[in-house]
Amino acid sequence: MKADRLLVEAKDARRGFDWKRYGETLRYGFYVIFHPFDGFWDLVHEKRGSLAAAHTFLALFLITYVLRLMCTNFQFILAPIQYINIYEQCASLLAPFLIFCLANWSLSTLFDGKGRFKDIYMGLCYALLPYVLIQVPMILLSHVISFDEAAYYSVLDSISIIWPLFLAFVGLMQIHDYGPGKTLVFILVSVFGSLVILFLILVFFSLLSDALGYFVSMYREIVFRLY
Amino acid sequence: MKPRFKLSSLLLACLLLALVPMGGALAVDDGYSGTYTYNYDYWGELRDSPDAYRVETVIYNSTLGLDMPMRKPQSLFVRGEDLYICDTGNNRILKTHRDGNAFTLVRIYDTVNGAEPATFASPNDVYVDPEGCLYVADTNNNRVVKMDAEGRYLMSFVKPTDSTFDQSLSFLPAKVVADSVGRAYVLATNVNKGLIKYESDGTFTGFIGANPVTYSLWEYVWKMYFTTKEQRDQQASFVPTEYENICMDEEGFIYATNTVFSEYDLLYDNAKPIRRLNSIGTDILVKNDKYPPIGDLDWVEGSLNYGPSKFKDITVLDNDIYVAVDRTRGRLFGYDAQGIMLWAFGNKGNSAGAFLSAVSIEHMGKDLMVLDENECTVTVFTPTEYGSLIFKASEEYLAGDYDGSADTWREVLKLNANYNLAFIGIGRSLMREEKYEEAMSYFKMGHDRENYGRAYRYYRKDMVEQNIGWIVAIIAALLIIPLVLKWTKKIKGEVQAYESRQIAR
Repeated sequence: MKADRLLVEAKDARRGFDWKRYGETLRYGFYVIFHPFDGFWDLVHEKRGSLAAAHTFLALFLITYVLRLMCTNFQFILAPIQYINIYEQCASLLAPFLIFCLANWSLSTLFDGKGRFKDIYMGLCYALLPYVLIQVPMILLSHVISFDEAAYYSVLDSISIIWPLFLAFVGLMQIHDYGPGKTLVFILVSVFGSLVILFLILVFFSLLSDALGYFVSMYREIVFRLY
Repeated sequence: MKPRFKLSSLLLACLLLALVPMGGALAVDDGYSGTYTYNYDYWGELRDSPDAYRVETVIYNSTLGLDMPMRKPQSLFVRGEDLYICDTGNNRILKTHRDGNAFTLVRIYDTVNGAEPATFASPNDVYVDPEGCLYVADTNNNRVVKMDAEGRYLMSFVKPTDSTFDQSLSFLPAKVVADSVGRAYVLATNVNKGLIKYESDGTFTGFIGANPVTYSLWEYVWKMYFTTKEQRDQQASFVPTEYENICMDEEGFIYATNTVFSEYDLLYDNAKPIRRLNSIGTDILVKNDKYPPIGDLDWVEGSLNYGPSKFKDITVLDNDIYVAVDRTRGRLFGYDAQGIMLWAFGNKGNSAGAFLSAVSIEHMGKDLMVLDENECTVTVFTPTEYGSLIFKASEEYLAGDYDGSADTWREVLKLNANYNLAFIGIGRSLMREEKYEEAMSYFKMGHDRENYGRAYRYYRKDMVEQNIGWIVAIIAALLIIPLVLKWTKKIKGEVQAYESRQIAR
């Protein structure tokens, strides 16, 4: 029996990436953003989402964010392109995102949240989809409308932010099987938790550099005394 | 590796040395290693520019042939071709006359005939009306004295006896201006209610343009609820600050500068270091640039003179361009009527065109005169070709000659391709000529969104009108093709249904 299962797994591995399932989970993203309550429940509890699709949505989000800065007509966004570093921009979005996921997972695990880290990450990635869907057409739109019509642009811009935030809220609620109040409290606490994690990272690196500095100076002292 | 490196650097040094005399001959040797004239681009970065002004001449004590050298002169005033210097330390006013580049001493006012006391005590400012009457802010005699061109006493403006004036304060007038009908506006030390206004007969009529008191909600809550009365009395209370200097423009508006503010306020334009006060004392300065007129945006991190620009004096040219002199870095900042920086130049130092401590600025036509209180010199600047072109373009635009203005801006661009205002000026003119697409490219280079949007709307309208046939065709096609497809499908379905029924029968 065991040998059979190993054989099957080996076959799966050889077959490689499951493109069909990947396509289905991508398409499921569109269901999630319009039916968040059912969508997020099934996403994790019925395994209708995949990590590959989540990675894709996150990557698309980052690409959209950069494209928005670079390609929007200058009437609406005038980014100092000469000073912008794409990697820095991406990291400044990615790092808080991952730290928030981590903080949320660490805290909800302690207070009977159902979601695993993978689920939280997946849910939040799926919630980013509307940003991509609205912002990409907005880049094209910005080349058609003029400065006086900026109201349309800013309304769409607000929607593209409020919708994902709402999805993230519902997503966390369904993933952890919490009530709305508890979700809100946990989001706020997670933000605080993210700050704590940031602080710990800073302390760790500063201590590390101090410790290294100690050995470096000791080495220098020895070299200085010996020669 | 090492010796070879040394050899190559030696070769490089020789090469550089060989180049030096050539470079020296080519470059204009203005005595400054770094920037002299510059401007800020859209992103607030300092950009070198050609010189807008050059030093025409410097007036020394010896130029005027003074018996006694000037001591701590505090103020300049120009009326026509006459330049008045307020020689504060020697208690006198010098009147000089300009003839070309030569300045000659006309007379020295050191007494007021018929006044009591007849001499001045630390006069800090002088204003001369069109008839040639002098208003002298005679600070330590606690009066502003008005005398005619011959030095005969006419009248004086003294400490108001009104209850709105704190009688415990001594009256120390520091700056004075007067309007066309002889109303005097006096800036007095220790008075923070604004400018003291007198009627032409010397009666006090009130204060105008008090600096509004600014404090944050947080400061207020802290002071009102978290401090005891004793603590509050010891702290500085919320008081308005005094102005540094005043100047009256052609239309009778008073320009005032302010040097007491927090750096934080400056960045968010709450400090308003330059104000234009109307007759009721409201600030009506136009600010249409991305950055408010605050002088330097770059405060030169790490230098001895670090900090915001502090405007010691201001002068308003006839074309509504105003120039303020900064004591932090000894620089002059020119702004147009829209509040857009035209140029900035100046330096700290001893060479011509640099100042140790500039205290006063005046203009004669388009020439600028700057008084340095420590060097006791007056530096006379005259516009270069570049500076004149900027003035010309600005004036032509104000006069409504938009096309002429665009041509002049093109000349400016030849001298300085980083000049934002020139791009916008050309764009405006192109827009009037209905060349919208070209105008758009100029507005884009000038980072002007609003005008770009305006030009773009016209451009879009033209495009739609030209291609209306295609647009209608595409829309129609998009609507009709699915309908046709649906229709054919329906007919096919009906035919099939009919056929299947036939077969079944």
